[in-house]
Amino acid sequence: MDQDLGRYRPRGPSAVRLVWVFPDLLSTYGDRGNLLVLARRARLRGLSVEIAEVNSDQQVPVDGDIYLLGGGEDLPQILAARRLAAGGGLAAAARHGAVIFAVCAGYQIMGTEFGGAEGEPVPGLGLLDIRSSRGERRGVGEITADVDPALGVERLTGFENHQGVTRRGPEAKPLATVVTGVGNGDGTEGAYSGRVVGTYLHGPALVRNPGLADMLLGWVAGTLPPADPRQEDLVLKLRADRLAAQGVPG
Amino acid sequence: MSTSSPPSRRFSLPLRARLATTVGGAAGRASRLAGRGDGSVIGGVIGLRLKPDLLALLARGRQVVLVTGTNGKTTTTRLVTAALGSLGQQIASNAFGANMEAGLVAALAKAPDATLAVLEVDEKFMPAMLEKTGARVVVLLNLSRDQMDRAAEIWMLARRWRAALAAAPGCRVIANADDPLVAWAAGQARQVTWVAAGQRWHDDSWCCPNCGSHLRRDGEDWYCGECPNRRPPVRWVLAGDEMIDPTGRSRPLDLALPGRANQSNAVIAFAVAEVFGISATQALGPVRQVRSVAGRYTQVERHGCTLRLLLAKNPAGWLEALDILVPPPVPVLLAVNAQTPDGKDTSWLWDVDYRRLRGRQVFVTGERKLDLAVRLEADEVAFRMVSSVDEAVDAARSKSMEVIANYTAFQQIRAVLGRVG
Repeated sequence: MDQDLGRYRPRGPSAVRLVWVFPDLLSTYGDRGNLLVLARRARLRGLSVEIAEVNSDQQVPVDGDIYLLGGGEDLPQILAARRLAAGGGLAAAARHGAVIFAVCAGYQIMGTEFGGAEGEPVPGLGLLDIRSSRGERRGVGEITADVDPALGVERLTGFENHQGVTRRGPEAKPLATVVTGVGNGDGTEGAYSGRVVGTYLHGPALVRNPGLADMLLGWVAGTLPPADPRQEDLVLKLRADRLAAQGVPG
Repeated sequence: MSTSSPPSRRFSLPLRARLATTVGGAAGRASRLAGRGDGSVIGGVIGLRLKPDLLALLARGRQVVLVTGTNGKTTTTRLVTAALGSLGQQIASNAFGANMEAGLVAALAKAPDATLAVLEVDEKFMPAMLEKTGARVVVLLNLSRDQMDRAAEIWMLARRWRAALAAAPGCRVIANADDPLVAWAAGQARQVTWVAAGQRWHDDSWCCPNCGSHLRRDGEDWYCGECPNRRPPVRWVLAGDEMIDPTGRSRPLDLALPGRANQSNAVIAFAVAEVFGISATQALGPVRQVRSVAGRYTQVERHGCTLRLLLAKNPAGWLEALDILVPPPVPVLLAVNAQTPDGKDTSWLWDVDYRRLRGRQVFVTGERKLDLAVRLEADEVAFRMVSSVDEAVDAARSKSMEVIANYTAFQQIRAVLGRVG
């Protein structure tokens, strides 16, 4: 997992730059949580954080470290994909080795195409080798999934609410294998390639998955010191609580 | 005002419908006696099973007002009922928030002689209930994210509203012009009274519902930069704490109910009253007197502490509830569940900005208190987890406390405190 992730690029005063892409279009249900969790976990390690919330009428900056994309309904998703393609900032940042974490509609936009309002194919950004379309029924509920062992991240727990079916091409690896829930529709969940990560865990996906958050931060800032256990206590209890409710221990 | 009472409507119903309402009413009484709920739904459920078109039969010959939207349905229903009170007629209403078909049936069956009905209706069922009741007036309050694990996405909901209202030319729509999704949903209705009722929560209306482009906002005004969609001209206005009526007269609302959201609801209630020939002057007194609605805003004594109960079910509702909290040092108890009526997904907690609770005493409880705790931790709000209202009351040692809870958590607290209000 280490070799193709590019070099750690030293930054100004060691600030981690978080860019929330198009919260006006891609934020349906608690997507801000991912921004808040990354900022909190960076600060717990003594890293300073700079945050940019970039609306769809603004240019996406190219010099961020981690870009976040959230969920959205059909029309906003199509508009977001069109504006991101036209603006070029996100793709340029990805070429420079930035980290992208995209959930739900944002995940689909990372691919080469996704299903539009009437199911018609809409071009995505092609930053992940995936194609998404509309499935037969909506996947709604708790999801648990085991992460690709190469990434060294504990079992994922989250909530999914989508009708998408996603197929991977050879360039994208599955992020995880579904334990309970739907995910991509073929038993896998999410996808990653280099530093671009997508998932159907919607909204605040990083809240219950601090290991995934730390993986993204580690890609930017190098090995992270462990966080103060007192600051982890509640999150670990919440994880255990949710995994136990699904009958699948962490 | 007519002094002769209208003929009893019940006997105009076919026999099977009469039987259905009688059996349903008995079941409602039994349910109340058994201490299960307020008895308003079970009767309707049984009645509908016996007679599936019961709602249409019960609504026939009555003037029905349907009240829908994400937030404020129950309160607005109460305010409209108060505003229409000066007609001196009996009004059927599902005043306790049972807002699906069975609840509407129960409310109408309970008041067979009422020629007027003010009914709140769940936003998903509004189109079907409009068709069945042939409503004279439909009130559209607002539309924002709410329980998305079981409800349709809100743009889809707006599309269904729009189609249903376009297909009901005899219906007058009272719509909040400040909510772009609501304005679009009412955009093809034949008769609309637009109300500038305000919009506190903007996060679901950044995009033009008509074309998907970025909506522009300029003070109160909003418009699409790329299509002709824009805020319609308004007839009633909420301006600060004052209401401006269609004649341009401005006067203070002075409601007993707290908060900006209830001021919005009140102005909308005046616009409904106008349809029935009631002036704002006539309606103002009764609307001002409404104090608590189905337990909401009620004050309850518990172990020497006065608790005020606020219901908040979604991010926009929490924003409104946090707006009306009395200032510190009065402690706050937050309670969150994630049962089916609440939505099983707690992601919405991350759409609420809790930072303004920093520096005051906060307690958290409810079945999903851990989710809430992690959320507050991220906003650097200090808190204490408790397992009950009483534990919070005992620990706070305060003369008063503010309580904000989502739906089933609110009902549980009401049950503990003895079904108040």
